Amino acid sequence: MVVREDDADLFNGLHETGLNIDKQALAAPVKKAVDKFKLVPEFLKVRGLVKQHLDSFNFFVRTGIKKIVQANNLITHSRDQNIYLRYKDVRIGQPSMMGDSVSDLLNPQKCRLSDITYAAPIYVNIEYSNGGNEGIQRKRDVIIGRLPIMLKSCCCVLYGRDEEELARYGECPLDPGGYFVVKGTEKVILMQEQLSKNRIIIDTDQKGCVQASVTSSSEARKSKTVIRIEKEKIYLHLNGFASKVPIMIVLKAMGMESDQEVVQMIGRDPRYSELLLPSIEDSVKEGVHTQSQALEFLERKVQKSQFYTPVVKEGRALKILQETFLANVPVHENNLRPKCIYVAVMLRRMIEAILNKDTLDDKDYVGNKRVELSGQLLALLFEDLFKTMNEMAHQKIEVLLSKTARTSRFDISQHIKNDCITNGLERALSTGNWDIKRFRMNRKGMSQVLGRLSYIGTVGHMTRIAPQFEKSRKVSGPRALQPSQWGMLCPCDTPEGEACGLVKNLALMAHVTTDEDERPLIALCYALGVEDLELLSAEELHMPDSYLVIFNGLILGKHRMPQTFANLMRKLRRAGKIGEFVSIFVNEKQRCVYLASDGSRVCRPLVIADKGVSRIKEHHMKELRDGVRNFQSFLKEGLIEYLDVNEENNALIALYEEDAREETTHIEIEPFTILGVIAGLIPYPHHNQSPRNTYQCAMGKQAMGNIAFNQLSRFDSLIYLLVYPQRPLLTTRTIELVSYDKLGAGQNASVAVMSYSGYDIEDAIVMNKSSLDRGFGRCIVMKKLVAINQKYANGTSDRIIRPQRDGHDAEQTQILDDDGLASPGEIIRPRDIYINKQSPIDTKSGGNAGNTVKLKDSQYKSSKQTYKGTEGDTTVVDRVALCTDKNSNLCIKYMIRSTRRPEVGDKFSSRHGQKGVCGTIVQQEDFPFSERGVCPDLIMNPHGFPSRMTVGKMIELLGSKAGVSCGRFHYGSAFGEPSGHADKVETISETLVKHGFSYNGKDFLYSGITGEPLQAYIFMGPIYYQKLKHMVLDKMHARGNGPRVMMTRQPTEGRSKNGGLRVGEMERDCLIAYGASMLIHERLMLSSDPFEVQVCRKCGLMGYYSEKLKAGICSMCKNGENISTMKMPYACKLLFQELQSMNIVPRLKLTDA
Amino acid sequence: MVSEKKSEKIPVWDLPDIPKGELPPHIQLQRTRVSCTFDAPTHTENVLYSGAYAAMGVDNSLRLPEFRNNFKVEVVSLSEDDMEFDMIGIDASIANAFRRILIAELPTMAIEKVFIANNTSVVQDEVLAHRLGLVPLKVDPRHFNYMSEKDEPNEKNTIVFKLHARCEKGGPRIKVKSNELKWLPNGSEFKLSTEKSNPDSTSKPKTYTSFGCSQDSMPEFANNPIASKHGDIILAKLGPKQEIELEAHAVKGMGKTHAKWSPVATAWYRMLPEIVLLEEIVDEKAEELVKKCPVNVFDIEDIGKGRKRATVANPRSCTLCRECIRGDDWEKLVAVRRVKDHFIFTIESTGALPPEVLFTEAVKILEDKCERVISELS
Repeated sequence: MVVREDDADLFNGLHETGLNIDKQALAAPVKKAVDKFKLVPEFLKVRGLVKQHLDSFNFFVRTGIKKIVQANNLITHSRDQNIYLRYKDVRIGQPSMMGDSVSDLLNPQKCRLSDITYAAPIYVNIEYSNGGNEGIQRKRDVIIGRLPIMLKSCCCVLYGRDEEELARYGECPLDPGGYFVVKGTEKVILMQEQLSKNRIIIDTDQKGCVQASVTSSSEARKSKTVIRIEKEKIYLHLNGFASKVPIMIVLKAMGMESDQEVVQMIGRDPRYSELLLPSIEDSVKEGVHTQSQALEFLERKVQKSQFYTPVVKEGRALKILQETFLANVPVHENNLRPKCIYVAVMLRRMIEAILNKDTLDDKDYVGNKRVELSGQLLALLFEDLFKTMNEMAHQKIEVLLSKTARTSRFDISQHIKNDCITNGLERALSTGNWDIKRFRMNRKGMSQVLGRLSYIGTVGHMTRIAPQFEKSRKVSGPRALQPSQWGMLCPCDTPEGEACGLVKNLALMAHVTTDEDERPLIALCYALGVEDLELLSAEELHMPDSYLVIFNGLILGKHRMPQTFANLMRKLRRAGKIGEFVSIFVNEKQRCVYLASDGSRVCRPLVIADKGVSRIKEHHMKELRDGVRNFQSFLKEGLIEYLDVNEENNALIALYEEDAREETTHIEIEPFTILGVIAGLIPYPHHNQSPRNTYQCAMGKQAMGNIAFNQLSRFDSLIYLLVYPQRPLLTTRTIELVSYDKLGAGQNASVAVMSYSGYDIEDAIVMNKSSLDRGFGRCIVMKKLVAINQKYANGTSDRIIRPQRDGHDAEQTQILDDDGLASPGEIIRPRDIYINKQSPIDTKSGGNAGNTVKLKDSQYKSSKQTYKGTEGDTTVVDRVALCTDKNSNLCIKYMIRSTRRPEVGDKFSSRHGQKGVCGTIVQQEDFPFSERGVCPDLIMNPHGFPSRMTVGKMIELLGSKAGVSCGRFHYGSAFGEPSGHADKVETISETLVKHGFSYNGKDFLYSGITGEPLQAYIFMGPIYYQKLKHMVLDKMHARGNGPRVMMTRQPTEGRSKNGGLRVGEMERDCLIAYGASMLIHERLMLSSDPFEVQVCRKCGLMGYYSEKLKAGICSMCKNGENISTMKMPYACKLLFQELQSMNIVPRLKLTDA
Repeated sequence: MVSEKKSEKIPVWDLPDIPKGELPPHIQLQRTRVSCTFDAPTHTENVLYSGAYAAMGVDNSLRLPEFRNNFKVEVVSLSEDDMEFDMIGIDASIANAFRRILIAELPTMAIEKVFIANNTSVVQDEVLAHRLGLVPLKVDPRHFNYMSEKDEPNEKNTIVFKLHARCEKGGPRIKVKSNELKWLPNGSEFKLSTEKSNPDSTSKPKTYTSFGCSQDSMPEFANNPIASKHGDIILAKLGPKQEIELEAHAVKGMGKTHAKWSPVATAWYRMLPEIVLLEEIVDEKAEELVKKCPVNVFDIEDIGKGRKRATVANPRSCTLCRECIRGDDWEKLVAVRRVKDHFIFTIESTGALPPEVLFTEAVKILEDKCERVISELS
């Protein structure tokens, strides 16, 4: 059907262009490559960079929340059914804040600035009856809580706004959204990687036993079922049963009394029955033959509940089998046969796995994984909180109605309170702890503070996927690069160290699906010839001519023509009759057709090809360029489709159209989309050694630049900005797509690759002082200072007073304005006062919070706050903002800024994982210069190249050099040479030659010191350099004398506390080995915590020095006769005293040295 | 290197026994030319030692009369800001000394202190001050003195500019350009903050400068007001209701302290290219050679009978792209060299002084330095 439509289109197109077309040429398969690149920006236009988050949240808000409320829509009194409350409908309002009876509309920037939560009320319509004769009452728009709103989701005020409107809201137009603002901080709920739910996974346990496990998750229940072969016998492990139970007995309990039927169901292959025999014998040994015997047997195994004794003693085993066991298989009218078949299929696959080891499932295979998104996680949380709220309401009603004498009229609608949901959601989001007892879920670190170090770091944070395992596990499997990651997860972008390979990032075009309604799809399957499971006998289940049809892990039945069925379904999908994200996958090995419409699958778009000929023709792309077409129309007309990882196995995907063969079913849109957003910034990544790209992915997030268009009106606790950021001369398509060229984080430095001065060893770079003078690498560091004008419980409050201009602290108060606050533009030095605040001495007694108390001046003590900064940095007060925090205290926020020029030790990096510190700064006249008078901005040592093998960096240099000489930005997209998204080295060289440079990028340089030419041609040209956030000024530290820890009297630890530098164990060992005993003595005692003690020679205990008698006294012997004075570390004395307090007496025995 | 190899082939016994008082051609070539082979430039060093060739009876010492005879300066082009001239017959170290002095040691005036009264623009104070500092000023630094730590700013060491720009409410965004820097010949207008306002005192309130007289009364600035060299340098952009009010104090300084005091955008030299065709290149080869060069160094001349021969027409424009010696034994046919004592010197002035004056100033500074060395030594 689709094809025909397509033909018609083509035909019409021909009519328009004229009729004199060679018919044969038309009939021949067109092999010309069509530049499909334009599809990528089009795709990103409809999708945005964080569509997965937005889609998931939108789904929750539009459907998920309704389902949850629907499923728990009734609160009734336990005795009187007439007293009830029923939720009719639920909807999310506009983001707003509840003031005193008025609600203010919120926008995200307002929330960020004033530390409030960007949340919208959840409205419900209720219907209730108070049991009296008032009848049924209805209320509309009752608020049951406030839901934090994801930015740019359908509930957000920013939804669908254009650039100008966004700017009016104070929002950056390039901000991707997809995060929450909770108490003023931006929080992202990371995507969570999980093993797929409701699917049979065959693998081995630690002992090597084959097991089949299903993690069931239905709307009502969640459970995990494991069937394992131990010592040739097959057992079921289930939470409801105290110990393992033989699977044959379970089958018997579910009504499969005939062993023959079981064997038939699993398969009549004699090898299968052989493996089943021990289990069958086992059940006979146990004397279990009938269903009732089996149930009796199971009843004994049922786990005794710790909390309550169930009312019904009987039938608990059956209930477990119905509800907990394989909870994803629905049970209608106590019909357990579908579960029996499910077990049979599990057993069959296990036995297959025993006979043939490669049929084991790979847990690391991306197709077996699901990516759980914020919508689902919020839904879980909401469900729990909603149920809790209803339970609370229920209890309240019970208690109230049990009282005989009631003061006020009973109104059930008054008892749904909204703080439970509001606080629960807010707490979870701000702490990141998803602690849901109801679903036995206890996960930490689900939400993180959105990294705002650089724009690209922000976007990268939104595509990050949190791992399913803990990072400490020392396994290589899950960390390894999976071939099935292709196009779904970025192969480069993963952190180094413990989380390496576990934390992943989505690729550029990857999409995460949301749930889709199952019922019409199931009906459709039956309509397309799936034979219903109910009608099949055990023997028919695994007939050689039929395939099982499994829909979202549920066995629907079997089909005799699986390929035709799959093709039909796919055709329907391409025609848009069923959802575009439904996946159809024929598994030849398992003889199954898997259909999936569930959420959290990763998928990506591909161009459909018929017999190796792309369905996208040049005229389609022309229409796209002309704007008559968009990505959606490509999807709708069946030119493009989404494939998930499983369905990719049924496809033969050609990388380029030229490579397509007869069997090819799909063609990649663009090869560079296998990389993610951050790896997409690297020019020519395919020429680099792969770890270099990974290093750059980690460093790109630390690069300074512009973080957002609204960066100067933000109050983040720390902002790093570059004064003159540039867009890279050598760009990639990804850079343009993610607008890195608008919010760049680096500068194009003219680099000479040569050895110079010796201060460039170990990756250090030599910088040109004049370049630094002119603004290269200059950055702004902004920090936030906060002061709160506290109100106290006794009605008193802090006050901010006008500074005394003349007095002992006049020096420190000079930056203060007359209002007692530091004024913007003032230079703030260490120990300067930035708020001249006073607190009442008595904040506890008298008065109450309601009425303010006037205090006399003497009743205040000074609590001014002083700036503690480092010397050597000029800091300026940038902005001052006043706002009310949630306790309605006045909150004063300062942004202080310091502009820094690069200095020796600051860290820089190119985009190829080549980081280095500034080794020295050299005058321009000492720098080498070229024939054209060009003097490099920095010099990099050539030893950085051979071992790193970052050829991409060299090509970047060439490309940028050609770019500046011809005035065109050059491209270096990954794998872009064949499709023209990366300039070839040959063409770059030609451009260079045309502009009078050597083809190899090497210039003839003169030494700036001697004036003579250098004895080598120097590889010189612009490279995009990033300044990383690590700067010496923030790290350098030394101490002579300084603060000490109170308890041990040893120097404090850490730079922030002006601490000492520790001589650790290893350093001590060195000194011991060397024999520098006096040095050890000095370092470990004299410079640390020397202490003089009085030791009694007689009892060996420590005494004290009496100032009155001017002599040491032993408090044990009560005299001062045998006292010696000695020095020991204070920590040692402390240890002795602590031991004494534990009834251990350490005695010192002194001898003459 | 080509010529070198050739000379190596001469058997030892064929070499003349007695020094002839002149260098053999290959050594002479090494002494006077940098040969730019395809791999690397060779013989880049200058032979300074007077006795370097004593074994061959050649005196390598530098003699003043000889230098006087050989030294030449030819101006190739001269415009208001740029100058290109040839300096022939001089050592690279001396040429480099001029270059270094031009970049780092010639003083100019540049804004050093900025007193910001009000800045509500998006540009941060420090950044704005930095931008102001880099604005080249059209003023002859020779009329001014250096200001040391203890000096009071006066009319002989400080130039004061005022900038007051404001974008009106409701108006379009405006650009603040360097022509809005207004010269204050009478010095600062900002009162010193430590000064107590004393209404009944008759004397002028003390400001940040103490000018003895107005600068525009000085003859050198009377009809040559001080301003920025270029009026179109964007300093900041202002949105509605934003305002910048500041005073900028320019002082005399040198490029080695900060690049803003450098009187040149850059100054550099290159050695004169010399391209030699080692063999006669004719016909297709000649055409190929001409086509190879992106800057048209070579030309073709007719040698009759429809045959063509390549010639070196325009060696000066060679940028050393080494295309002509790339691949296929071309290195045996063409030699690219640089003349060691011929410098094509380029000065790009920022505008404070014309380039020719800059150079003479640089010569004076070098002279001073030499004199200082002589006087220290004696």
